Amino acid sequence: MQQLFYVFGSLAVASGLLMVLQRNPITAAMNLVVTMFSLAALFVLLSAHFIAVIQLLVYAGAIMVLFIFVIMLLNLQDDELRPRGRNFIHLVSVAVVLFAMAQLWQLLSRTPAIPLAPVDEAYGTTGEMGMLLFSDYLFPFEIVSILILAAIVGAVVLAKRRLD
Amino acid sequence: MPPLNHYLALSGVLFFIGVAGVLTRRNAIIVFMCIELMLNAVNLTFLAYARFLGSMTGHVFAFFVITVAAAEAAVGLAIIVAIFRNKETVNIDELNLMRW
Repeated sequence: MQQLFYVFGSLAVASGLLMVLQRNPITAAMNLVVTMFSLAALFVLLSAHFIAVIQLLVYAGAIMVLFIFVIMLLNLQDDELRPRGRNFIHLVSVAVVLFAMAQLWQLLSRTPAIPLAPVDEAYGTTGEMGMLLFSDYLFPFEIVSILILAAIVGAVVLAKRRLD
Repeated sequence: MPPLNHYLALSGVLFFIGVAGVLTRRNAIIVFMCIELMLNAVNLTFLAYARFLGSMTGHVFAFFVITVAAAEAAVGLAIIVAIFRNKETVNIDELNLMRW
């Protein structure tokens, strides 16, 4: 259990770093798929079975296919291969990120440990999730369906019309 | 089971990898992927707290985050396609129409 956390955690961090460092968008997308997969494995370790399956289906399946489809559709030239005077921005960004990570480390080392709560067999299953979604969170659930409808209409309108 | 702090640290590291990508990369599609990575890191925090507190409310929030991320990806990629049709580039350095 403990070893699996470190295996998948380091896999997620390594592929996330590779995604940021890769020049080729397709390679970056493939690395993001690996990150999504290892995060889904971590979700299983946290007994979040339903969310793990949704993660694989929606993220690693639908969203990444959409990304790769757009990358191949646009057939981008390698703009990023040309060197340009952005070293200053890179340095500042890396410094900001390192500073924020140091702050986070300080904060986490002072956070008291929460003991693991005991959970029953039904925790994280689709049935429990459905009970919650259709009782306590029914209104947000319906709002999200309207949001998705708006996103469908918006995506069709944006991709169809010529911007002149 | 690893302690909660390890999950939070992993989530923070993934989030800041995403932040670094958004700040340094010039390809709009890769910036988009980094935003997805940040959303995923937040989901890991939600689920870790949900497991350690023994409550399933965090699962509902993670579910909504995934849904909103899917909607955002569809609209955002449509915007990128529209911009590419118009300007023949997705390099965010050359898209300065709304810069002050």
